Amino acid sequence: MIPAAFEYAAPKTIAEALALLRGKDGEGKILAGGQSLIPMMRFRLASPSLLIDIMRIPELRVFKEEAGYLRIGAAVTHAQVESSATIREGYPLLFSAVGIIADPVVRNRGTICGSLVHADPAGDWGAALLAARAEAVVVGPEGERRIPLDEFLADAFTTVLKPDELLSEVRVPTPGPRSGGNYQKIERKVGDFATAGVGVQIMLNAQGTVEQAGIGLCAAGPISRRAAAAERMLTGKMLDDATIAAAEAAAQADPTADTRGPADYKKDMFRVLTARALRAVRAAVEASGGRT
Amino acid sequence: MSYHIQITVNGTVNELDVEPRLPLVYLLRETLGLTGTHIGCDTTSCGACTVLVDGTPVKSCTMFAVQADGCSIETVEALAHGGELHPLQKSFWEEHALQCGYCTPGMLMTTKALLARNPKPSEAEIRRAISGNICRCTGYQNIVKAVQRAAAELSQPAAAAVAD
Ligand SMILES: Cc1cc2nc3c(=O)[nH]c(=O)nc-3n(C[C@H](O)[C@H](O)[C@H](O)COP(=O)(O)OP(=O)(O)OC[C@H]3O[C@@H](n4cnc5c(N)ncnc54)[C@H](O)[C@@H]3O)c2cc1C
Ligand code: FES
Ligand code: FES
Repeated sequence: MIPAAFEYAAPKTIAEALALLRGKDGEGKILAGGQSLIPMMRFRLASPSLLIDIMRIPELRVFKEEAGYLRIGAAVTHAQVESSATIREGYPLLFSAVGIIADPVVRNRGTICGSLVHADPAGDWGAALLAARAEAVVVGPEGERRIPLDEFLADAFTTVLKPDELLSEVRVPTPGPRSGGNYQKIERKVGDFATAGVGVQIMLNAQGTVEQAGIGLCAAGPISRRAAAAERMLTGKMLDDATIAAAEAAAQADPTADTRGPADYKKDMFRVLTARALRAVRAAVEASGGRT
Repeated sequence: MSYHIQITVNGTVNELDVEPRLPLVYLLRETLGLTGTHIGCDTTSCGACTVLVDGTPVKSCTMFAVQADGCSIETVEALAHGGELHPLQKSFWEEHALQCGYCTPGMLMTTKALLARNPKPSEAEIRRAISGNICRCTGYQNIVKAVQRAAAELSQPAAAAVAD
């Protein structure tokens, strides 16, 4: 299973990478961690004529908090996020998601941005980062554009990226005071994609009612999406058992069956996982005396 | 079209011309004759092909050799020194942590990196670290015991010198 022949380039700057993309008229492909693309090439599901390896571009290694955001550059791996103290302490949603993505060896190479561009219907970063209200920073010949993740993820394995653009980073709003986040996933075995995945990010106001709610689902349909009805249901309410019960029912949506589970099972799992995530968030906010 | 790369494998610097589509594991096994690294699934699922790239465990079936240009690779062949097994290898032997041995090179490399990062891992940490390496024979229990035994041995100053 050797892939079809291709050319390879490892540019040192974003500008060079964009020039290479343009030069190939859509035939070139970005190579990040390769943990999705290389298996696809080996199965000959993809046969790009040029691979543009972006892992040697220093600009894309950005991974820091700045002006109310966490910037995660395109060359940042799952493993870097997993071992970061900033993530462990300040981004519980991301921290609880990253450790259950793929397996530890895959996490050493795979990237967050690569996952988003790959846009697997069961990709965990889609669900987690939709809940976090992250935005995609896209660069192309016309410069930079910022796109809310809801719009960036278009369909199964499809984003709004044009062939001459690349995703340079994803920006995650830094959670404010009285915030909490959590990710829940059901998988058949370690390293499998989700049968159902739910990300939750909540911010309470000083009175203890929900100021802002983000809920993202994956493996529910062609692409990760927000559970907007459940988010609305939470907003303005105390995070008590009655609210959680209403929200879990609203988050069920209409999952489509796939090889990992039938629709009715998934539907029930979205309910269960939403409730678990909301309870975990409530417990964390209470434990921190509302400071999380 | 071939590309010129320089990669260090088990301490030896290699200057090679490779086709970009050559997976690292094929370079190791076929070009360099280092057949200790095994190919199981060949598509990122089993971990049999795990090697260390600049100290980090990587599935070498899912990295092209060109991507390793300038990197230092360590394979299972680097573990024993002059016929003296590495403490991890000895522990795998003592604890019966292998039957067919197919997964073993990958298990050894993954756990070597674990012990370098975390010299006294808990059982849960060991199980988590090897969760990308599938063994179809031993049932993991003995692999976990072997890693614990090696960790204990390596934490004694005399053994630590042998480890690298
Ligand atoms: C065994 C296994 C289990 C897995 N389990 C899970 C799981 O449970 N949950 C999960 O979410 N994921 C899982 N994955 C996928 C993993 O998270 C990958 O790391 C991820 O999907 C792709 O990231 P990458 O950096 O490897 O991208 P690559 O494979 O390099 O690229 C993927 C695609 O994105 C494009 N691309 C990459 N980066 C950019 C960019 N910056 N700009 C434009 N285009 C870009 C590439 O051209 C390609 O089309 C699994 C993978 C494996 C092999
Ligand atoms: S052979 Fe590489 S992961 Fe199975
Ligand atoms: S010993 Fe046979 S697969 Fe692990």
